[in-house]
Amino acid sequence: MEFPLGRPLGKPLDSGFQTSVISAAFDLLNEPSGPVLVDFPIIIEDASSEVLACAIPPRFNPDLHPAVDEALGLRAAYNRTVERYGRTSVGRTGTADEIPDLIDVFVKISDGTALEEIEVPGGDHIAVAMDLRSYYEEAALSLSDHVPDARQAESWIYQGTKLGEVLHGAQARLKAAGLDRRDWYYVMPSTQQRGD
Amino acid sequence: MSDTTVRARANDIPVYQFDSLAWTSPKPLSESRVAVVTTAGLTTDSASLWSQSDEGFTVLPHGTTNLSFAHFSPNFDRSGFNLDVNTVLPIDRLDEMAAAGIIGSVAEQHISFMGAQADHNLATMRLDSGPAAAHLLREDGVDTILLTPV
Repeated sequence: MEFPLGRPLGKPLDSGFQTSVISAAFDLLNEPSGPVLVDFPIIIEDASSEVLACAIPPRFNPDLHPAVDEALGLRAAYNRTVERYGRTSVGRTGTADEIPDLIDVFVKISDGTALEEIEVPGGDHIAVAMDLRSYYEEAALSLSDHVPDARQAESWIYQGTKLGEVLHGAQARLKAAGLDRRDWYYVMPSTQQRGD
Repeated sequence: MSDTTVRARANDIPVYQFDSLAWTSPKPLSESRVAVVTTAGLTTDSASLWSQSDEGFTVLPHGTTNLSFAHFSPNFDRSGFNLDVNTVLPIDRLDEMAAAGIIGSVAEQHISFMGAQADHNLATMRLDSGPAAAHLLREDGVDTILLTPV
C-alpha cells in the first residue's frame, strides 16, 4: 500500500475504500504458500505542497503575542472538533486552557532565551510542540469545508499561521545552540523543515 | 519535502533479517477471530506520549472511544486519524465484516506498538513485547491479525 504516512487505510471517512483495502489484505490468506507481497493497485500521494484553505478567526487583542491571540481565536473551532469526535490528542503537557503557556515556551526560545532557563511544562519541549500541533490540527478540522488530504492541515500550521512562524524561529535557535538533533529537529515534521 | 522523500530515506535503513519465515495455513476467514495490531503509537488517554525507543505495547479494548495518536515522531499525518479512527485502527470496518459473516468475530482487544524505532533490529519487540502481545491475543482466541503500519 502506497498511502500517505499515517493513513494506512488510505482515506478517512471512506468506509468503502477502507473495506477494499482490508479485503485485499485478507485475500492474501488464500495464497497456498508464502511469503507473498502484492501491491494495492491504488496509490495516494500526500498533499504537503497544498496548504489547507483554513480561515483563521480575526485577532482581537493586540496586547497578546500574535500567536497566542491566534490560538485563542481558534478555541471555538477546537471545541467543536472535540465535541464532534469525542476525543483529543491535546494533553501531554497542558490542556487546551493552557495553550497560551505552551506557546510562550517557543516564543521565549525564538526570542533567544536558552532552553535550560525556561520552565517547560512536562519538562519536554518536543511534547509541548506536539500538543500545539494537535490543538491547531484539531481546530483546522472544524474550519475546513472538506476532508483535508494528508498533510494539508499540517502545512497550514507550519506555513500559514503565526504559531508556525514562532516554531520555525524557535527551531532555528535550538539548532544554532548546538542541541542534540532530537531537541530541534522534532519540533516539527520532516515534511515541514526548512533547509533540510 | 513529501512522503516520497521520507520513504526514500527510510528505504536505505538496514533491518533485521530472519533466518527463516514461519508459514501457517489459516482457518477459513469466516470462522476466524480478527484483531488489529497497529504501529501508530495509540494510547487510551491524551496525557501520555510514547517515549522515543519504547518497544512496548498498549492494549486497546474494542470499543474504546478516547484513543489518542501518541507516536513520538511528528513525521506522520495525524489529520486522517483525527477525522476517522478507522484510518489507522479499522475497528468499525471489522465490525461490519463480522456482521456480514465475512469474518468470524472481532477480538475484544487490539494492540498498538510504536513504529519508526531507533533500534532497527527491534530486539525487544522480537524477543519480549512481541511475544507478550501475541500471548494476549491468543488468550482472546484470535486467529488472524490485521497489521496497520504507521
